[in-house]
Amino acid sequence: MTERLDGPKVPPAVSAGGPATGPAETPRTKQRLGPSAAVAIAFLLPAALLLGIWVVYPIVYSLIRSLFDANGTGFVGLGNYTTIFTDSGTLTTIRNNLIWVVIAPIVVTTLGLIFAVLTERIKWATAFKLIVFMPMAVSLMAAGVIFRLVYEENPDKGLANAILTTVHDTFASSQGYPEARPREGDQSQVADQNGAVVTKQAVQAGQPVLVPIVGVNPQLVPANAQPAKAPAAGGGLSGTVWLDFTRGGGGQSGAVDPSETGLPGMTVEAVQNGQVAATATTAEDGSFRFDGLPAGSYTVRLPQSNFQASYGGLTWLGPTLITPAIIGAFVWVWAGFAMVLLAAGLAAIPRDALEAARIDGATEWQVFRKITVPLLSPVLLVVFVTMIINTLKVFDLVFIIAPASVQPQANVVALEMWRVSFGGGNNQGLGSALAILLLVLVLPFMIMNIRRFRRENT
Amino acid sequence: MTTATATAPTGLETGAPRRGVLSKIVDRLGSGAVQVIMVLLGLFWLVPTLGLLVVSMRTTKVNNAEGWWTVFTKPAELTIQNYQNLLGSGFTASFWNTALITVPTTVLVIGIAAMAGYAFAWMDFPGRDAAFLVVVALLIVPIQIALIPVASLYGASGIFGSIPGVVLFHVAFGLPFAIFLLRNFFVGIPASLLEAARMDGASEWKIFVSVVFPLGKPAIASLGIFQFLWVWNDMLIALVFANTENQPMTKYLQSQMRQFGSNVDILSSGAFLSLIIPLILFFAFQRYFVQGMMAGSVK
Repeated sequence: MTERLDGPKVPPAVSAGGPATGPAETPRTKQRLGPSAAVAIAFLLPAALLLGIWVVYPIVYSLIRSLFDANGTGFVGLGNYTTIFTDSGTLTTIRNNLIWVVIAPIVVTTLGLIFAVLTERIKWATAFKLIVFMPMAVSLMAAGVIFRLVYEENPDKGLANAILTTVHDTFASSQGYPEARPREGDQSQVADQNGAVVTKQAVQAGQPVLVPIVGVNPQLVPANAQPAKAPAAGGGLSGTVWLDFTRGGGGQSGAVDPSETGLPGMTVEAVQNGQVAATATTAEDGSFRFDGLPAGSYTVRLPQSNFQASYGGLTWLGPTLITPAIIGAFVWVWAGFAMVLLAAGLAAIPRDALEAARIDGATEWQVFRKITVPLLSPVLLVVFVTMIINTLKVFDLVFIIAPASVQPQANVVALEMWRVSFGGGNNQGLGSALAILLLVLVLPFMIMNIRRFRRENT
Repeated sequence: MTTATATAPTGLETGAPRRGVLSKIVDRLGSGAVQVIMVLLGLFWLVPTLGLLVVSMRTTKVNNAEGWWTVFTKPAELTIQNYQNLLGSGFTASFWNTALITVPTTVLVIGIAAMAGYAFAWMDFPGRDAAFLVVVALLIVPIQIALIPVASLYGASGIFGSIPGVVLFHVAFGLPFAIFLLRNFFVGIPASLLEAARMDGASEWKIFVSVVFPLGKPAIASLGIFQFLWVWNDMLIALVFANTENQPMTKYLQSQMRQFGSNVDILSSGAFLSLIIPLILFFAFQRYFVQGMMAGSVK
């Protein structure tokens, strides 16, 4: 029983088995040196009273209470259970619990196994284990606050979206001018075409293209934008994209006026016969130029991508992603538990078996698949089952991370039980039925524990 | 994990696998990749908590304007103002309530479970094995099952909302794990020690206090730390059974969640204070913590 994060010095007897921690039961001598049954009962009495009143009696009470209505006076038979499986709200909670049970235990166990294997290969394994294990000591309430901050939608505040947008912007430019549109009219050279801005007629080199844009949110005009400059004629196909709007009025529509600014960062394409022949980007003064373009007639197009909002990450706390987001927080909390248990299990695997297989020519992967995993399977099962039980009971994380407006979408059985009984629902009949449902869901694992305990103690 | 494949011997050789220069390079690169991955993973686990700490040390205005990671360029913005503001608020009372709930619970669970564990391990009485199987079964009973019945019980007896009510609920639900853990440890105490004491005519109580309890210290330490953290971090039981006057930190902070965004200052500093003591305990006693977890991983 000397298990530590910095690696067991002695492979612990417990690591592979789970509950049977002590040595096997010592055989009792038949001679009755021990105390009388009365003494035994005296030692057990406080525990028996507490367990009887606070745990066993409530099970019976809930079972009966679940057959009555909200007031507790009208007998409704299995009515509350029918409600659970017909009401769309409670069905959502069951569906969510199902998602939890299917995804979370697998992710936690797999990650724990990967971490346990990888920590054997680094020198700072103790530090790593401490860091990953640390969330276990933190309340789920605090973990919830931590992840509310991580999942904040604004990429300037929420870490998750800050990372996503940074990664996204590294691979794709996303300087967008949403809502912007061309100034159309007879005198305008360009028109809107399915969200893109194209020249109405084909243009040629030496014939500057004027692309007047309006409807740009002033805050989205980059700080480096310079006053627009009408392009000089000659020297290849060129033009200007600018904000055709003079603040305070004045200025001429469709003409580059002195106080109007160019729109930098616009993608401009020269199109011939439906093919993009060249691409350019507008400069700070809004001008663009296609260098080295063969002479000929082209259509100039500003593709739709210019007019889309820049990428802002994901709505983690919205109705669609809320459950995966909370599962992410759950994994963060529990991966350390899985890792530590599995690392202890790994340490208990005899080195000889692994070495023998390696000497026989097995690859590392074969050793892992054929020897490590099978020898580890009792611990894997313990971790996996523990996680299933935890996901069935999950409450705090959902309650804290899901904003009130999306709680119906994120709801789980344990939370719904609290909600209908104490959180304003005021229906303790339905609440009792939900509690019984939870008990029924963990029942198989209860039986499993009893069986395992009996097997290991006979 | 598969990087070492290249080093596998190719068949007939026996003895230590021959390692060529190439395979050594592959190994070195592989271990470099592992290092990088592990550093990234470590950051992944560390950074969210770090974020909470930084947010708790900046004003609401600064937090609304920019992400906490800008602290690396503007460390001067850090302040303990939020923590000072907490001192006068309802948070302080809730901090003491947490302690008032946690400490008695832990002591009671240890005492009561040690007695029961000793009885299960070393005393003969009819139905012992069946009774212990009940304890094993109760290990994973969801606490939801008892919320409604115990609430009506407390309502009838007038302790609803009080700290003793919260404590007793915690003790009852802590017992199955505690009895299970201690019984399994006590069973391993050498029989000769107990027989000798019994021969000498020591009473069972004396044996329990002066032999079993001292010998059980490692297991009791594991149980103690585990139980302490479990109660300290609980929110559900507090939500149902503690009234506003007696509420622990978790319930106090939960009541602040509704205005998340406008009061990140209270939430972040409060949440951070609530996890300071668990973290200190965790780092100081991680050995016992892990032991307890190992022994009770069925829970």
